[in-house]
Amino acid sequence: MATANPTMFQASDLNQHNERVQRRYRLLFGLMTLLLITPVLLILGTLVVKGGAAISWEFLLTAPTDGMRTGGLFPALLGTIWLVTVALLLSVPIGIFAAIYLSEYAGDNWFTRTINLAIINLAGVPSIVHALFGLGAFVLFFKFGTSILAASLTLAVMTMPVVIVATRESLQAVPQAFREACWNMGATRWQTIRRVVLPNSITGILTGVILEVSRTAGETAPIMFTGAVFFTPFLPQSVFDQTMALSLHLFVAATQVPEIAEQVPFGIALVLIALVLTMNSVSIAFRMWLRGKKKW
Amino acid sequence: MNTDQTAALPQPTHQYAIDSQGLNLWYGTFQALYDVDLRIRQGMITSMIGPSGCGKSTFLRSVNRINERLGYVRIEGSIQVMGENIYDPQVELVQVRKQVGMVFQRPNPLPISIRDNILFSHRLHAKGGGDVHQGTPDEIVEQSLRQVLLWDKVKDQLKRKATELSLEEQQKLCIARLLPVKPKMLLMDEPCSALDPKGTEAVEELLWELRGQYTILIVTHNMAQARRASEECVFMLMGKVVEHARTDEMFVTPAHKETADYIEGRYG
Repeated sequence: MATANPTMFQASDLNQHNERVQRRYRLLFGLMTLLLITPVLLILGTLVVKGGAAISWEFLLTAPTDGMRTGGLFPALLGTIWLVTVALLLSVPIGIFAAIYLSEYAGDNWFTRTINLAIINLAGVPSIVHALFGLGAFVLFFKFGTSILAASLTLAVMTMPVVIVATRESLQAVPQAFREACWNMGATRWQTIRRVVLPNSITGILTGVILEVSRTAGETAPIMFTGAVFFTPFLPQSVFDQTMALSLHLFVAATQVPEIAEQVPFGIALVLIALVLTMNSVSIAFRMWLRGKKKW
Repeated sequence: MNTDQTAALPQPTHQYAIDSQGLNLWYGTFQALYDVDLRIRQGMITSMIGPSGCGKSTFLRSVNRINERLGYVRIEGSIQVMGENIYDPQVELVQVRKQVGMVFQRPNPLPISIRDNILFSHRLHAKGGGDVHQGTPDEIVEQSLRQVLLWDKVKDQLKRKATELSLEEQQKLCIARLLPVKPKMLLMDEPCSALDPKGTEAVEELLWELRGQYTILIVTHNMAQARRASEECVFMLMGKVVEHARTDEMFVTPAHKETADYIEGRYG
């Protein structure tokens, strides 16, 4: 309109008030985010500053000597890799198969709801309880002794709920329309899963599972009664051997060894964190690469 | 487009492709269909119109039994498809789905290549030696895409992901992928409602191409589409069939007042 009021688009008092309030909230949220990452940065910073000096090829690739005071952590590093790998081999297939059943086959009835409730509760059980369960079930009842197998089984039981949840989320992310399309062409459930659902979710499943399960590398309680030992001069040869593990090694070096150089436990912690972060980064990079390739 | 309605149609083996008798259907306690007796002629395009919730989609979904996937659906009565009751206990659902193809409102191609989409259903059903297209995979892909007037557009990009096509092309592909297993009938639930006018016209043209070879039952909200693209028309209201007549008759001289009101846009 030709006679438009020139002040029509100027900020009113109410606009200015709203803008001030919104800025205040933005500041609050931003500060909380900073607060959130502060401990992460502090931890990483402290570890690098205090433990960085300990890192060397010798530290990574030799066994500890002089009651952990000198030498390296190779047996513990190798032991952790053993424990996590065996735990993954046990929990991933079972967890994925169970998740496929729950997501693709099971109807919504009291039985499924009970199982889902059990999974959620299992995820909330403290790790020390899993440790005692593992001791009772795998070490004593099944007579696996304190061994990589018993410890990995304990870790597997502990991570199973997480695997199931991660898998189920990936499966649910496959649009329902794809399943409908298959069913309406006369495909069975399994043909639908095999040809459409799994190909479109398997990368998400695998990376999600690795991401979640890599956290077990840091678990201490579940393995200290079931398979990990303070010190052993032997490297594990099979899943029936005992082994050292990074997390327990860190606990021992930090609390049980008098007059140890400060950089040693910090160095161990740095290696442990680097191991977990490496697994996570590889998993995230893998996922991003695959996502970039896939479009629908 | 539909000027040659007098063109000779293939002689049908059964006069009626769909013959429902006393069909009642409940979603839980809500009754969606009341004593529906419908006879859909073979080889023709029949459209179903009516306001939202009148039961036309429900009827359509009963013809290839996908309603049952909802656990709370209860059905009484019978539906004969090509003379056989599909609610008979011996009926194998996989066969029903093969013989009665379904096209949805939103095109739902699978996230695989165009070629694999066409061959998907064929691969499922060919092994058992059933009545499917007997050609080589290349022939099947070409013929199916030719039938839906898509071949010239996509023949050089068969490896391309089907989900990257335009909506119109996706919808045509969704029709094409039903053809290799030789369905007896195509059900379409508002197949053009996600398409623009040009896409709609293209799909209607395709329906007219397929007429005669397949019995086509199409649910639509678009009165003009029902008028243009179908030979017979069914008007439903509140779960009941009000009128079933030749399309040109129904739109010129509707027998019921409700039909006339709906067609003229007085409600709906």
